[in-house]
Amino acid sequence: MSTSVNATLSSKIISTRTIYDFHGGIHPEEMKTLSNQTPIVQPPIPPQLVLSLQQHIGKPSQLIVELGQRVLKGQKLADADGMISVALHAPTSGIIDRIVDHPIAHPSGESGECIILIPDGKDEWCELEPCEHYEHLSVSKIQAKVREAGVAGMGGAGFPTEVKLHPPHHDKVATLILNAAECEPYITADDRLMRERAEEVVQGMEIMAYALQPGECIIGIEDNKPEAIAALREAAKETLIEVCVIPTKYPSGGEKQIIKILTDKEVPNGQIPADIGVMCQNVGTAAAIYRAVRFGEPLISRVTTLTGEGIQQPGNVEALIGTPIDWLLSQYGFQAKKTERLIMGGPMMGFTLKHIETPIVKTTNCILAPTHKDLPPPPPAQACIRCGLCADVCPAVLLPQQLYWFSRAQEYDKAEHHNLFDCIECGACSYVCPSSIPLVQYYRHAKGEIKQQKQDQLKSDQARERFEARQFRLEREQAEKDARRKARADVAAKAQASKKAAEAEKSVDTGTEIQTDAAPEDAADTKKAAIQAALERSKEKNQAKNTSEPEELIDLEALKTAWDKTQAKLDKMHDALDDAKANNPEQVEKLTRAVEKNQMRVNQAKKAWEKASTNLKVETETKTEQDSEAEKIDIEALATALVKAQSKLDKMQDALDNAQPEQVEKLTRAVEKNKTRVNQAKQAWEEASASQTAKIEKSTEIAADTMAQPDIKALESAIEKAQSKLGKMQDALENAQPEQVEKLTKAVEKNKVRVQTAENALKAANSISATNQNGEQ
Amino acid sequence: MALLTLSSPHAKGPQRTSIMMRWVIAMTLPGLLLQTLFFGWGNLHNVLWCTLVAIISEAIVLKIRKRPIGFYLNDYSAVVTAVLLGLALPPFVPWWVSLVATSFAIIFAKHLYGGMGYNPFNPAMVGYALVLVSFPVAMTTNWAMPLPLLEQPASLLETLGIIWGQVPISDALTGATPLDTYKHEIAHSLSDTVLANPIFGSGFSLGWEWVNAAFLGGGLILIALKVIPWQTPVGLLAGLAIPAAILGHDADQTAPIILHLTSGATMLGAFFIATDPVTSCTTTRGRFIYGFGIGLLTYIIRAHGSYPDAIAFAVLLMNFAAPLIDVYTQPRTYGYIDSKRGPKAKEKN
Repeated sequence: MSTSVNATLSSKIISTRTIYDFHGGIHPEEMKTLSNQTPIVQPPIPPQLVLSLQQHIGKPSQLIVELGQRVLKGQKLADADGMISVALHAPTSGIIDRIVDHPIAHPSGESGECIILIPDGKDEWCELEPCEHYEHLSVSKIQAKVREAGVAGMGGAGFPTEVKLHPPHHDKVATLILNAAECEPYITADDRLMRERAEEVVQGMEIMAYALQPGECIIGIEDNKPEAIAALREAAKETLIEVCVIPTKYPSGGEKQIIKILTDKEVPNGQIPADIGVMCQNVGTAAAIYRAVRFGEPLISRVTTLTGEGIQQPGNVEALIGTPIDWLLSQYGFQAKKTERLIMGGPMMGFTLKHIETPIVKTTNCILAPTHKDLPPPPPAQACIRCGLCADVCPAVLLPQQLYWFSRAQEYDKAEHHNLFDCIECGACSYVCPSSIPLVQYYRHAKGEIKQQKQDQLKSDQARERFEARQFRLEREQAEKDARRKARADVAAKAQASKKAAEAEKSVDTGTEIQTDAAPEDAADTKKAAIQAALERSKEKNQAKNTSEPEELIDLEALKTAWDKTQAKLDKMHDALDDAKANNPEQVEKLTRAVEKNQMRVNQAKKAWEKASTNLKVETETKTEQDSEAEKIDIEALATALVKAQSKLDKMQDALDNAQPEQVEKLTRAVEKNKTRVNQAKQAWEEASASQTAKIEKSTEIAADTMAQPDIKALESAIEKAQSKLGKMQDALENAQPEQVEKLTKAVEKNKVRVQTAENALKAANSISATNQNGEQ
Repeated sequence: MALLTLSSPHAKGPQRTSIMMRWVIAMTLPGLLLQTLFFGWGNLHNVLWCTLVAIISEAIVLKIRKRPIGFYLNDYSAVVTAVLLGLALPPFVPWWVSLVATSFAIIFAKHLYGGMGYNPFNPAMVGYALVLVSFPVAMTTNWAMPLPLLEQPASLLETLGIIWGQVPISDALTGATPLDTYKHEIAHSLSDTVLANPIFGSGFSLGWEWVNAAFLGGGLILIALKVIPWQTPVGLLAGLAIPAAILGHDADQTAPIILHLTSGATMLGAFFIATDPVTSCTTTRGRFIYGFGIGLLTYIIRAHGSYPDAIAFAVLLMNFAAPLIDVYTQPRTYGYIDSKRGPKAKEKN
């Protein structure tokens, strides 16, 4: 939506800029007249100043003064630490008394490191570097001056201003905006500043424009400040700065909202205004930049609104940074008894102060001391009636209602999906909620929880990576140890074999070679010796293959034994199945399933074997050493797979053994039940027929027939039913067994075949590897 | 000094749930007045009787749930349910039918789901559907004949006697509703013949047209006060009018569009029943679809179903769909290129 706005106030410049609108917004009572009727006053110097080292976004400043040091007004006390940091200066001359933890201006009410400065009353300035014509300075010099002056964003965020005086790397600044909206109720600091020091604001903006070279300069101001608009227009009449009047709506002073209003551009999700060629600054910051460049004065004071019915003399003060709030309020008639809470900031986005001795910081634009009448305590929250008023007013076009439900249900992934992190916490939704639900509190909590979860997730991921790396390292070390042990054992065995051969030679007393005559009675021994000899040979030939070879062969051996065991188990299983034939359909079903599972596993094993064998084939062709490692690993995997299949078979067997008697019991009981039912039915029928005959003898036939026949018929049908049921059950029993057993035998056959093929594959693999070794001699 | 620690924002607007509910009740009064003028004392009695039953049922349930009774009764949501039921039920319906409808609505359709704000179905419509299905005779034979057509309308005492079962109802006092009449007569007559029936007044529906006009007026005031959103009623009336215009243009086959809009619970449903915030959609686009769905279903059930007035079932059916419609009609958040419609939609930006 866009509406053309022509200035209706008496001014020389008529702005014809198109004003756009943002979604939602509310119109709370402005309450500005409480504090904007009187000019800015200078309070006296407080008895002590509490200077927090973190009054800005970024790293805390680095202390450069010492305890007991006397400092002058404007002297630097702490230096900026890196790019995103801001310097701190002494607001007046005095002594550094202590450097302690003191409650700072933060919603948590926690303490932070603060310099306690005791003023000496002389208010002596240090040496300053004024400059009458900023246009004679280079841009970097101006940036340095602003940085030296410790200027931070004074609209409430406290972003280091010097960073914003650098044009963005990738683009030019199309629009430089000065945010003069001051949309929150009660706050009038910027209003009075603009009324009384419009030149400073405008010249500050010119300095910014000099540094950034923007395409256009706009001051966006709400229409509830006619005097300030006039003053700005007067101050800007010789410049290219456009004073643009926008409708009063909360929160038009939000950075994203004022950009939308003045340029119809939206800051894309996850980006900053600089990415779309827009720079936004507060009017207070502009005035501070002017003072820093023109007079060399660092940021040591700011205009703060003291308002609310709890203050007898509300108005605006030029407070020194670090002024304790309790002292400041006492200067203007603070009524502690009437004030339930102290708010730093406005009623919509300000936070309550836990400690009244909290100091003023660079971002304090208002201290609100409301009475019960001003801001009554919130009524108890009712259930959400899903009226949607919150969604109607949300400037970020979110669905606050859904965010509320998800935050409450702790479904944080859904809340994030509904763009929870795009919430600017303006409070418009809570303001309109008819059920008085503290919506923003829920969102803050949800955001905190999500951040905490992400941090925890990161930590646990890192821990898992470390653990896995460690496991891998330990396994590798273990494998190396085993290989070395085996190598030693082989050497020892070889020594033994040669010893035996030597003895045999002695006994036979021929001069033949050790190995041919070392044909002991044990065929196994010769075999072993032959294998080991082959091993030695291949070892000598392939020097690069240090530990892998013996492992390879050993793995094959281990695998062989595993195969044997599996074979034996399968045989046992087969026997068990034969037993099962006699008894259990149910158990047999379970067994079928187990066999199927095992089939699958054997399939996998078979596939792995095939892979391994093809790999081996490839090796013989290419003779690479690295593949053997992979093959070894494949073989290992196969071995483990087989062992697993084995254990599964064991389990099934046990289950079979246990279940057999139970199943049989169940079936026999069922059969018995049905038998008794049949018997009962029979008896009943017999009795009925007996009584019937008796009745026929006693009474008339017709009546008896009509009465008794249905009974008999019913009984007969009951008997038939029971009998058929019994018959069915018995049939099922008999049928089940042969069918199941058939299935199972088939399955066992299949399994057997697979085992056989796998075994063959193993043999083939063995022989190939053997030929491989032989071929490489 | 001890300072309160509270989360921002600290300022609160003037909107309150109980105020919104009271406006809804207040804006039904013109319609209730006209119903009394045209159809007798029955509706007025039912509204009062249902309100009493609703308050007592809610108090009992809250006691069982161990909740503060005053706090929850003060949001007036039970009274709204009772008033809607009192307006929707036939004027001569027996006292126990309205008792069952109201107590079931409050206890089962509202509190067993967790109370106000947690119920997925419109409680008044659940109560209405229950008694419509369970006591069909009581619900179809107790519609009042418009007073201008009666020689001897029932007095207050007579009406009370009929409702409380002391006095048998005379056939002269009751009659089919205009929608019902049209539906049954048009099967074997032409529209001109049917409309000649005095129950249709001067071409619309005698009595009903005024009642609907009053509810329309009340509803428009509620929209101006921002108590109810405008998308749902507009959607409902569109959903009823458009199919009626397209499919029902032949007055000799089905009821004409003007009859749909001026008889039955159309305006009551559009502005007071479908706009129940708890059970309807929350997104603006969704509200259109939700309202349109109710209107469309109402038309279909009226034209082809066996119930002459179908608002209750249409509302209940769309209550099922409301959460899903919400998921697919999310708006585009500031700074995003497109909205994330659907449960697993990815960001596109």
